[in-house]
Amino acid sequence: MSQWFNICKSEDLAPNSGICAQFESQQVAIFFCQRNQDLYAVSNFDPIAQANVISRGIIGSTQGETYVASPLYKQRFNLKTGVCLDLPEHVLKTYAVRIEAEHVQLQSIG
Amino acid sequence: MNKQRIVVVGNGMVGHKFIDTLITDESVDYEIITFSEESRLAYDRVQLSGFFSGKTADDLALTDATYYQENGINFVLNDKVVTLDTKNNQVVTNSGRIEPYDKLVLATGSFPFVPPIAGNDKEHCHVYRTIDDLEDITASGKSSKVGVVVGGGLLGLEAANALVNLGLETHVVEFAPRLMAVQLDDGGGQLLRRKIEALGVQVHTEKATTEIVDGENCRYRMNFADGSFLETDTIVFSAGIRPQDELARQFDLKIGERGGIAINDQCQTNVENVYAIGECALWDNKIFGLVAPGYQMAKVAAAHIKGESLTFTGADMSTKLKLLGIDVASIGEVHGQTPGAQSYTYHDEIEQVYKRLIVSEDGTKIVGAVLVGNAEAYGTLLQLLLNDMTLPENPAVLILPSTGDEQAAGFGVEALPETATICSCFDVSKGDLTSAVAAGCCTMGDLKEQTKASTGCGGCSALTKQVLDSELASLGFEVNNDLCEHFAYSRQELTDIIRVKKITSFDQLLENYGSGLGCEICKPTAGSILASYWNEYVLEDNHIELQDSNDLYLGNIQKNGTYSVVPRIAGGEITPDKLIVLGEVAKEFDLYTKITGGQRIDLFGAQLHELPVIWQQLIDAGFETGHAYGKSLRTVKSCVGNTWCRFGVDDSMTLALNLENRYKGLRSPHKIKFAVSGCTRECAEAQSKDIGLISTENGWNMYVCGNGGMRPRHGDLFASGLDEQTLIKYIDRFLMFYVRTADRLQRTSVWMENMEGGLDYLREVVIEDKLNLADELEQEMENNIENYQCEWKTTLQNPEKLKRFKHFINSDDTDNQLAFELEREQRIPAQQTIKVVELTA
Ligand code: SRM
Ligand SMILES: Cc1cc2nc3c(=O)[nH]c(=O)nc-3n(C[C@H](O)[C@H](O)[C@H](O)COP(=O)(O)OP(=O)(O)OC[C@H]3O[C@@H](n4cnc5c(N)ncnc54)[C@H](O)[C@@H]3O)c2cc1C
Ligand code: SF4
Ligand code: FES
Repeated sequence: MSQWFNICKSEDLAPNSGICAQFESQQVAIFFCQRNQDLYAVSNFDPIAQANVISRGIIGSTQGETYVASPLYKQRFNLKTGVCLDLPEHVLKTYAVRIEAEHVQLQSIG
Repeated sequence: MNKQRIVVVGNGMVGHKFIDTLITDESVDYEIITFSEESRLAYDRVQLSGFFSGKTADDLALTDATYYQENGINFVLNDKVVTLDTKNNQVVTNSGRIEPYDKLVLATGSFPFVPPIAGNDKEHCHVYRTIDDLEDITASGKSSKVGVVVGGGLLGLEAANALVNLGLETHVVEFAPRLMAVQLDDGGGQLLRRKIEALGVQVHTEKATTEIVDGENCRYRMNFADGSFLETDTIVFSAGIRPQDELARQFDLKIGERGGIAINDQCQTNVENVYAIGECALWDNKIFGLVAPGYQMAKVAAAHIKGESLTFTGADMSTKLKLLGIDVASIGEVHGQTPGAQSYTYHDEIEQVYKRLIVSEDGTKIVGAVLVGNAEAYGTLLQLLLNDMTLPENPAVLILPSTGDEQAAGFGVEALPETATICSCFDVSKGDLTSAVAAGCCTMGDLKEQTKASTGCGGCSALTKQVLDSELASLGFEVNNDLCEHFAYSRQELTDIIRVKKITSFDQLLENYGSGLGCEICKPTAGSILASYWNEYVLEDNHIELQDSNDLYLGNIQKNGTYSVVPRIAGGEITPDKLIVLGEVAKEFDLYTKITGGQRIDLFGAQLHELPVIWQQLIDAGFETGHAYGKSLRTVKSCVGNTWCRFGVDDSMTLALNLENRYKGLRSPHKIKFAVSGCTRECAEAQSKDIGLISTENGWNMYVCGNGGMRPRHGDLFASGLDEQTLIKYIDRFLMFYVRTADRLQRTSVWMENMEGGLDYLREVVIEDKLNLADELEQEMENNIENYQCEWKTTLQNPEKLKRFKHFINSDDTDNQLAFELEREQRIPAQQTIKVVELTA
């Protein structure tokens, strides 16, 4: 059975933008979209710019899908699936994330 | 069933195109492995010479290891295929690897021909084909003064350009009586020679080199058959290419009399399951030394393997290029081999332009053309040829200088059939372009991204733009000004809404006037408008999500995710004490330090957690943020003016300082730059700024809407002989009117050019107050100035805000993947290296 781990307090989340967490020696970008109360977690590494910056991108939506635009070259990644809308051959790893007792939690993959 | 195994020998432009064609077809799944003799995956050989104007191997790369890995393509670099065993369907490489195949694709390209001259293997003798060759030439150039290119063809002249760029005294030695003998006629070749010589390159025609021996004044001496000689330190051979058909020769593949692996219309060789594509292939007894036909072959071979039908039907060899800055083009057949052909020649010895148009016997069709010095007609002429179109009544107009009347030539892109190939590098037809426009591409950028047109050699860019414009016009295009899918308003309309309805947050705006969640376009735009009107702190909680990373962290993000630190140094004036502080801070945090083009100092490479510490030290020393990250006032460039300069008329230094302090922090549609010069010698380059001021005996002259950057524009004289008070009034009104009415990311230059009435209208609004807005605009500017705050100071006083300046929310660790290296004693981001992947056999 896979386990959930506390990452930070839910009040540490930045409404409608992202934060970066260290989790199982990975960098994970966590986004809280206040307008639809959704929480997303994806890899913080931008495969196109080759830098750990995804958590600093702007959240947006297109045709009802929520995405984050990388701050470096603005490619957009679907926050649910991790797939890049502009260059679909690039995909961000996604993580299971939830809020439990005022804590943001990520699920271990192992 | 096992996947089919495809082995691709050679990972050059065409080999890669073949692989990419298969990757992008999701309906097929093959096991693909490619071998390259070179140390890199495919790169853009066509742009190879760009290496000398600053392009790096990474810039030239057509693909990378990650892309291949993600698509399951195996690749081996630095390993040449040396044996072809078509009986057992396998190949063997230099390192002894044996690789079986179901299909074998030879894409081995060609190699430079080096004439058999004694001494041609000396250390500083080079060829011009690969990045490695260019690195060798560069190294050689460092210890040389004189360079010779052997061969005056197309590539030879490119190589000559490279030697010029390396600062060498450059010579071209050609065996034939003229340059570019294949593509040009006599007249064209002669003019080209004259132009090249005018650039300082010495051309020696009808010279056959017999030997290369040690020189007296230079490293080598080249002896020619006619008894003359030339001394040089380095030599580049560019005497033609030969198909790389070594493998085919040694084993049982059919090759042509003068080389080249023979293929049929499906790119198959005479041996089953073996294909050849690109420059190594011989079709209909022809080798194609260009990339476009190679790409076509790659598609044909891929289609055949997939069981689809596509045939290779030959290719046009017309070319257009810029050699040493000279436009040269050759179209069709130019050597008089078409019976009965006649020609028109236009030769302007003053402007040095040569154009020759060769037409069919009956004068209705184009046979060929040569253009030197001005190749604007290339696109039109090529289309006439490729589409077998009938010439206009008086064909001479096609090569006569334009009289300003667009229709004079009797030819517009509208006349082209949909099937006409516009971009031959990427095989994009007019139909492809028109359907992309119909599907929503309305800028060159969109169109390039969507169709790849004009992203290769660039030769088709003018024509592509014409198709775009004519399509937009014929669609009766009303340019859609909607900001994005979330707001059906232009920036100006949103500005009015925000101002009139006194909207202070994005939530309010989205709820009442928009839809969806917003995006990276409307959010920063709204952020900028809100800041222009209410000038609240940009990191207020409800504004945070609106800020681009630059505004969010109050620094410019750099390629590796670190930030730059740019304190304001108003007017470029700085005390020694402050300079020392900058030096100390940069040293403590190991920041790369550079004087910017805006007369201030930029410190690069700060990590998130370092930013607040750095800024605290700077603010303690009396610095403020320089807003280099914002769409706002950047710098007011100055000259010392009459405080020091013997010609200075007025105190440009004090005015520059006052203006920078007055408008600092003003958020605007795009960045704004000023400059102030103390006299008409204009040392501050004020006429290239959004607002430029020049002192004269009669007062200040005010220039507006100048611009450097991508499309430079000189400012227009807006008003002259102004005193300081009037000047400031005008600037207040001008800037606020710009902030209110310009589009997102529209500099003042483009804003004014798109304004109905242009400069005159602007004068009416700002000087004559035609709209009765002047007071309101001045008042808005006043509010802005009153509410100014140094965003870094505010941030440092707010511990809550500082929480954002940490790489991880749950750890004090920092980004462990950041890597740096040293260059000229300073720290820069480590340059990435391509990883070689080990294969599982
Ligand atoms: C640092 C500097 C180059 C340098 O090493 O000297 C620079 C660096 C950048 N310039 Fe610049 N520009 C710098 C002077 C200029 C100048 C020269 C000048 O100001 O006199 C120009 C031409 C003048 C002009 O703007 O009209 C200039 C024209 C541009 C442009 C093109 C603007 C245009 O309208 O075409 C861009 C792109 C943009 O803004 O969209 C740009 C954008 C950029 C950005 C912000 C690109 C980016 O998004 O990362 C660079 C980041 C700055 C950083 O990380 O701190 N930079 N840039 C100069 C900083 C000046 C300063 O102190 O603030
Ligand atoms: C300076 C320069 C400028 C040019 N400008 C233009 C231009 O403006 N327009 C234009 O259309 N064309 C231009 N060309 C020509 C264009 O680059 C070629 O047509 C194109 O690169 C051919 O592609 P290719 O894949 O057939 O061959 P290449 O790109 O040469 O690729 C062949 C690859 O196979 C490798 N190889 C060979 N044998 C083996 C083996 N046995 N085992 C493993 N690997 C092997 C080679 O090392 C090489 O990497 C230019 C060329 C040069 C050098
Ligand atoms: S513009 Fe040049 S000459 Fe004139 S005051 Fe400035 S520095 Fe002196
Ligand atoms: S023809 Fe070369 S880019 Fe279009």
